[in-house]
Amino acid sequence: MNSNTIYLDNSATTKPLPEVMQTFLQVNELYYANPASIHEAGVEANALLMRAREQIANIVRTEAKDVIFTAGGTESNNFAIFGTAQANVHKGKHIITTKIEHPSVLEAVKILAQQGFEVDYLSVNEAGVISLDELRSKVRKDTILVSIMHVNNEMGAIQPIQDAAKIIHEQSRAIFHVDAVQSFGKIPVQFNDQNGPDLITISGHKIHALKGSGALIFRKKLTIAPYIVGGGQEFGLRSGTVAVPQAVALAKASRIAVEAMAEKTLQYEKWYKDLHLFLRNFGSNIHLLSSEAGAAHIISFSVKELKGEILINALQKHGIIVSTSSACSSKQTTTSHVVEALNIAPSFKKGVLRLSFGAQTIDAHIEQFKTIFSDIMCDLKGENK
Amino acid sequence: MTTIYLDHAATTPMLKEVLVEMTAAMETVYGNASSIHTAGREARKALDEARAILAKQLGATANDIILTSGGTEADNMAIFGVAYARKHEGKHIITTEIEHHAVLHACEKLERQGFKVTYLPVDETGRVAVSAVEKALTADTILVTVMYGNNEVGTLQPIEEIGELLKHHPATFHTDAVQAFGLEKIEVEKLQVDLLSASSHKIGGPKGIGLLYAKAGTKMDSLIYGGSQEKKRRAGTENIPAAVGFAKAAQLMAEAQPKTRKAYEQYKAILIEEFTQAGIEFTVNGNEEHMLPHVFNVTLPGTDVESFLVNLDMAGVFVSSGSACTAGSIDPSHVLVAMYGKDSAALRSSIRFSFGQGLNEELVRDAGKRTVNIVKRLT
Repeated sequence: MNSNTIYLDNSATTKPLPEVMQTFLQVNELYYANPASIHEAGVEANALLMRAREQIANIVRTEAKDVIFTAGGTESNNFAIFGTAQANVHKGKHIITTKIEHPSVLEAVKILAQQGFEVDYLSVNEAGVISLDELRSKVRKDTILVSIMHVNNEMGAIQPIQDAAKIIHEQSRAIFHVDAVQSFGKIPVQFNDQNGPDLITISGHKIHALKGSGALIFRKKLTIAPYIVGGGQEFGLRSGTVAVPQAVALAKASRIAVEAMAEKTLQYEKWYKDLHLFLRNFGSNIHLLSSEAGAAHIISFSVKELKGEILINALQKHGIIVSTSSACSSKQTTTSHVVEALNIAPSFKKGVLRLSFGAQTIDAHIEQFKTIFSDIMCDLKGENK
Repeated sequence: MTTIYLDHAATTPMLKEVLVEMTAAMETVYGNASSIHTAGREARKALDEARAILAKQLGATANDIILTSGGTEADNMAIFGVAYARKHEGKHIITTEIEHHAVLHACEKLERQGFKVTYLPVDETGRVAVSAVEKALTADTILVTVMYGNNEVGTLQPIEEIGELLKHHPATFHTDAVQAFGLEKIEVEKLQVDLLSASSHKIGGPKGIGLLYAKAGTKMDSLIYGGSQEKKRRAGTENIPAAVGFAKAAQLMAEAQPKTRKAYEQYKAILIEEFTQAGIEFTVNGNEEHMLPHVFNVTLPGTDVESFLVNLDMAGVFVSSGSACTAGSIDPSHVLVAMYGKDSAALRSSIRFSFGQGLNEELVRDAGKRTVNIVKRLT
């Protein structure tokens, strides 16, 4: 990518931070051994792995042994869902999730539905938020799993995780899984004793660590079946040689993100408000999908009667990279399931754009976006006439 | 004291050129390959190139390469994927007693779900008989999974012959080639395999990436569900820097193959020479005719593997007692049990040397001498 590129697609993926890459390279050079090997080189690699585990555990307030490294967010979500279902099928076959989850949750529960599990999908309001009343009415004695994402990847809605946890734990013995891929490192994600989630998914490449790294984090010992089986690594829960350099890089990126969180949040909020005002100038031509109660690093909006692809192409001619609703669904021609769930007017369904900020976003990027976007809108209006 | 790393079958250090290419990829093509913008398209292009290079090493087409998070995931995907997709045709699976745990434990899980698994025995050299596969085949057999080369003792299996046999049987044929990929010339068409697993970190590539070759038309469910990456066969944001690194490593290994083979043969000869000259008792495990070049497993009678490894470790020689995967434990190797029976003394006194880049004859000789000293002290 050109170094002048203005990259505003950090919810799709991020560029590794230089210091994270440095860590990755260093570990590769010095601690390349297999952490399961019993010789000194293996023991050293394992010590490093344990330290990485501990650092991530500290951030989410759990114990080191409860951090299970995986190949990323998708695998963690699959692991949480299939693992919970397999190990708890004798307690019930009822699962609750929402209509706006990431495909790695939705596709997994779809498979389970084909296998005879019963799945309820919670609706969301215009701001993309679930109703706690609906949740309360759906949780049953035989509910074994509830999976609710923390921050939505397409428009940034934040779900009331703590309140949901309370309802779920009061009304059932269900395991509560939270896909925190878009929130970890940006807003606080923590286990909160009895009233928190049981499982949290995090991903490395969304927080300037490496692709192919992530974790499923446990609040405490839970009955979950391993999903990838073999050598019995990761306390028997996830087999395969652990990629120590990636794990250490993930811990490093997590620490950097958490330390910078307060400062970054202020920045993101400023940009969010700024863009919010800017977009409102276009009046009824633009509909904002994101609400101010949502996460500040994602702003999603739609231009009336326009295709998102046209805007993306126009912007990238000027070196600005944004996306339609999400990378995973951006090649599909159908409307995103999240946009559908938000129940917006048909004229706004095709023109969704998502801007997402990251650690390398600066004021000038936002200003440049505004300038170019105004020009494009002007041109388009001209063409319409 | 220099440490001598002789555990390349467990994992390898990354090759310098691989590090360089990966670093460049992280800096320049960090986009999400599924995005439609330029950054995404550039990432996609890098991914396509890497996939083409990997396919070429197997004589396959790029479309047949599914990138995974490693060998274990590839093995799991092959076994669960075929079992679930073909369960209506039959529920019988054939494998061997000496497979990697990624295969064995997947098969055991399927047994608990009502599948029937035949675990074929091997001879004293660790080799399975083609006739045994033939005898085990039934009309109900949907999958045959036999590893290409064993990770603990290095014995190569008669994959091509099994492939020929299965030409006349509808069962899907999978081979775990994690230890062989990059070190042996592998052509999927010649082998007549439908599925083949390979891993990057065993050949100087990054950890956390591997591949499953899947012949076009192979009936197989996915293992990881979500986005439509890898042609809807394996979800998850594509790991492009790792794919680039894996491809580079595979390419370098293929180029170096003749030289590497010769060097490793020499390393084996040096160790044998050192042991012989010192007059210590030893036997080489495996199959003399059918061996992976980089694995050298020896039984040193009179030693006890636990204290032996500790002593080697203190002497700076990093080897292993078998596979690293049995996380820290030194349970008797299931491979040696299959070869020699559970009461054999060899189970308690065998170690594996495995070779890779960064070694030379002096280092190997040095390791041989250090080993001899310890053997003499312990026995």
